[in-house]
Amino acid sequence: MEKESQREAYGVTLQEIGKNDRIVVLDADLSSSTHTYMFSKLYPERFFNMGIQEQNEMGVAAGLARSGKIVYASTFAVFATGRAYDVIRQSIAYTNLNVKIVATHGGLTVGEDGATHQALEDIGIMSGLPNMRVIVPGDAPETKRVIREIMDIEGPFYVRLSREKVPSLLKEFGFELGKAIVMKEGSDLTIISTGITLSMAMEASSKLKDMGIDSSVIHMPSIKPIDRDIIIKYSRLTGKIITIEEHSIYNGLGSRVSEIVAEDGSARVRRIGVNDTFGESGPGWELLKKYGISSDHIIEESLKLIKR
Amino acid sequence: MNIEEIKELRLRANEIRRLSIDMIYGAQSGHPGGSLSAADILITLYFKIMKVDPANPQWPDRDRFVLSKGHASAAYYAVLALKGYFPMDELKNFRKINSMLQGHPTIHVPGVDMTTGSLGQGFSTSLGMALAGKIDGKDYHVYTLVGDGEMDEGIVWEAAINAVHNKLDNLIMIVDRNMYQLDGNTEKILSLGEVSKKLEAFGWEVREIDGHSITEIYISIMESMQRNGKPKAIVARTVKGKGVSYMQNTHEFHGKPPNKEQYEKAIKELEEEKNRIMSE
Ligand SMILES: Cc1ncc(C[n+]2csc(CCOP(=O)(O)OP(=O)(O)O)c2C)c(N)n1
Repeated sequence: MEKESQREAYGVTLQEIGKNDRIVVLDADLSSSTHTYMFSKLYPERFFNMGIQEQNEMGVAAGLARSGKIVYASTFAVFATGRAYDVIRQSIAYTNLNVKIVATHGGLTVGEDGATHQALEDIGIMSGLPNMRVIVPGDAPETKRVIREIMDIEGPFYVRLSREKVPSLLKEFGFELGKAIVMKEGSDLTIISTGITLSMAMEASSKLKDMGIDSSVIHMPSIKPIDRDIIIKYSRLTGKIITIEEHSIYNGLGSRVSEIVAEDGSARVRRIGVNDTFGESGPGWELLKKYGISSDHIIEESLKLIKR
Repeated sequence: MNIEEIKELRLRANEIRRLSIDMIYGAQSGHPGGSLSAADILITLYFKIMKVDPANPQWPDRDRFVLSKGHASAAYYAVLALKGYFPMDELKNFRKINSMLQGHPTIHVPGVDMTTGSLGQGFSTSLGMALAGKIDGKDYHVYTLVGDGEMDEGIVWEAAINAVHNKLDNLIMIVDRNMYQLDGNTEKILSLGEVSKKLEAFGWEVREIDGHSITEIYISIMESMQRNGKPKAIVARTVKGKGVSYMQNTHEFHGKPPNKEQYEKAIKELEEEKNRIMSE
């Protein structure tokens, strides 16, 4: 399976949509990593490298948006959501301004830089804010669609991208805010994934099939608003749900799904994610395994759910 | 300090550069540029200035050091190992999975006084250590190394105002003024201008030196130890990537490891530098 970079997809798309002269792009001394530098090559007059100033970046983004601009503001996920949180809360979310925070290097796959740079709580932090929409694309083609779509949807967004290249599994699909994508239908169990863990969900599903277990796989790029209807439908259909995400098991996909399913009372849920701990340095994909995020873990949890 | 002593420190700094390159090459990850620019400062601090005891890293009266520009971890770990805080062998696990030596410094490592990596915060925490020294009536000094790009962060200037207000004359900030940050030249990304004048205007006592001269580093720190009610800053003019020709004065090797060919060239150049120092 072809692997592509979500960051590069972001840069390429910024170049394409940059024709719209309302677009302004900001970065905080990471433009070579986030790929916003690609926009700066074509539209230097609408690109601002803020230096290492994530808080000021978000404040300036709010002011630009208040003056009619569509702002894409980028840095690493950990600094965007952590360092600049209060600015985002007061000046972007409360005001409901047109700022698209596109953060790269989400999760453990940041790799060697280690725990200080691995955002494992960002989805939760951003989902907690009224008005904020939270999107976690599953691959590079979907990233392109998301970056393009949100340009025309008024108001604030948080988009989380990965550092690592990921398999392009979503070439043939579209993106609609608040809608999930059903990748596979099966009646024994439902696996719900967000972001780059989709390939693990697909792999686990095939292996489970070999063991005689029929699973549905749902890709959930839109964490907020979330596709409540799909969750309830498959919860009732299969009665068993596994969630997987490159994020803490708290306040991310697993938590949102659990809340909805608990209210509906229709399924048992098991969450796969980082278990309330910080990450560490190492190769991204190895770290995922070590911290319990892999197709093997999906299979293990699935078997436990089925047996019970 | 006599000539022989200076020579010995220069050789140690050369060794730190070598080790840093080895570690970053071995991990295929890390930050060569800012490690090489800081080597002489780190060596002078740990081998000539600071009162520390590697056998007792938590000694309450020790001088403190905070690597606020935490991404220079390779050079920092190499200095700590050389000083005897942990075995040299540990260095080869740098940035690898299940390793003590994380990508950015953590307080789990013997000798590391503060966990850093998110720029600006280390400097802020060094104020807390200086304040605690005042509260407890101790006479240790707190040293912190701040990057010039790092000075873009608002928290650096919040801390700069605070240190003056609280008369933290036990705090010595060293600025690694290598003129480059991640995306390019500091004056092109976000012009910092004259750091010394800015800090002076805030009320700091400032010295400007050649950050690769052991003598100047040593003298400026000794002069900064005076307890006169003012925090001290030393703006050290340095060269990013110092000692490896193709890493010098560019942001290209800010956060990129050398490939095999580049690695061999780097080691060769550093070896030549070592021989030059020895034959002087
Ligand atoms: C808060 C924060 N934002 C962004 C980064 C990513 N980053 C790591 S190093 C660096 C540039 C640092 O430049 P400088 O302080 O001049 O370091 P030096 O040139 O001495 O290596 C950046 C932006 C970070 N570590 N922390």
